[in-house]
Amino acid sequence: MSASPAIVTHSASAELRFRYATYLGDTSLILAQRLGEWVGHAPALEEDLALANIALDLLGQARYLLSYAGEIEGKGRSEDDLAFLRDPSDFSNLALVEQPNVDFGHTIVRQFLLDAWQLELFEKLQASSEPRFAELAAKALKETRYHYRFSAGWVVRLGDGTEESHNRVQAGLDALWRFTSEMFAPGAADEEAAAAGLGPDPASLRAAWLANVEQVLQTATLKRPADVPFRWFGKRHQHTDHLSHLLAEMQFMQRTYPGAQW
Amino acid sequence: MERAVWRILADVPDPEIPVLSVVELGIIRHVRIAEGRVTVGVSPTYTGCPATEVIARSIEARLQAEGYENSKVEPVLSPPWTSDWLTESARIKLEEYGIAPPAHAVSNPKHLFREPKVACPRCSSMQTAKVSEFASTPCKALYRCSSCLEPFEYFKCI
Repeated sequence: MSASPAIVTHSASAELRFRYATYLGDTSLILAQRLGEWVGHAPALEEDLALANIALDLLGQARYLLSYAGEIEGKGRSEDDLAFLRDPSDFSNLALVEQPNVDFGHTIVRQFLLDAWQLELFEKLQASSEPRFAELAAKALKETRYHYRFSAGWVVRLGDGTEESHNRVQAGLDALWRFTSEMFAPGAADEEAAAAGLGPDPASLRAAWLANVEQVLQTATLKRPADVPFRWFGKRHQHTDHLSHLLAEMQFMQRTYPGAQW
Repeated sequence: MERAVWRILADVPDPEIPVLSVVELGIIRHVRIAEGRVTVGVSPTYTGCPATEVIARSIEARLQAEGYENSKVEPVLSPPWTSDWLTESARIKLEEYGIAPPAHAVSNPKHLFREPKVACPRCSSMQTAKVSEFASTPCKALYRCSSCLEPFEYFKCI
């Protein structure tokens, strides 16, 4: 399907690299913000720490990717400018990660679906024709394996736990499943990035992702929801209303006091 | 001259685990000197580790104090840092400090899906249990000893 990076001779345009870096960076950034909302509210101190630690790793990925995006854009925008001064319609994160926190079961399902996707993505992104993407992928993959172990472990514990915990994780899964098809659907920066050897073909990640997810759901005694034809396309800048509310909170300081520094 | 810089770095503590130097933590990738200016390559332990910037500033400040003007820290992401790069002295110091060192090498990623056997750094008992995958810093997990009943931190294998 996609060309091996070794035989890619042309380099992807700066504009495409910018869009691809912001797509991946926004996805990590928005999920980090959602996880950060749990600090002080998680069911136990250990899980509070876990969600904050995962958020920190995601924020690290976002910083790296958005700094790089600002660098190749060449307009002098920093990672902070891109994070705090863009409008909702400029963000291209997956719609899955902007979905609001409901309960711990819902949050764990969201994390698990995303972790399983990042596992496949980073594994293949290591072969990117752009060294900056390849080296981030190698680094982030190690952290993602750890996140995945945590989230998959909790999906099993809660799914195969009490009736209450089972019902809550199943409800989270039912609510979030429709946001997963976007990860593998064509039609955005990732498809062009694949053609240019920058990253994997999004559709090529699906088989391994699904096999992995189905195995965990089975162990957790959870039922995989049916696929629906309707799709959100956060990566094409079509967001659910939740993103504007998230950004209103996240961007408040920089919008209200432009240029404020710690 | 580069050896002199390495000796100085061997004395710069990690801000979160101050018994270890940045050299023992295995995050110093290279020291280069060009036209009298020192450049130090540093790998972050975790992409989001909040200590990364403090480490860069403390290295620059220390080199400044030793007479190296305008030294610079540059991030090195590849190859990614691994807990395998902790020095032997770091493992001993961690244990004395009350943090269990990484249980084994991470050359095979499958290690993540097996639970390591971790010895309690206080009483050396192997009767320990994981309380949480995550602890006070990105690089550690939380354990409890079933023999002496004390909680302790475990330096993750990554």
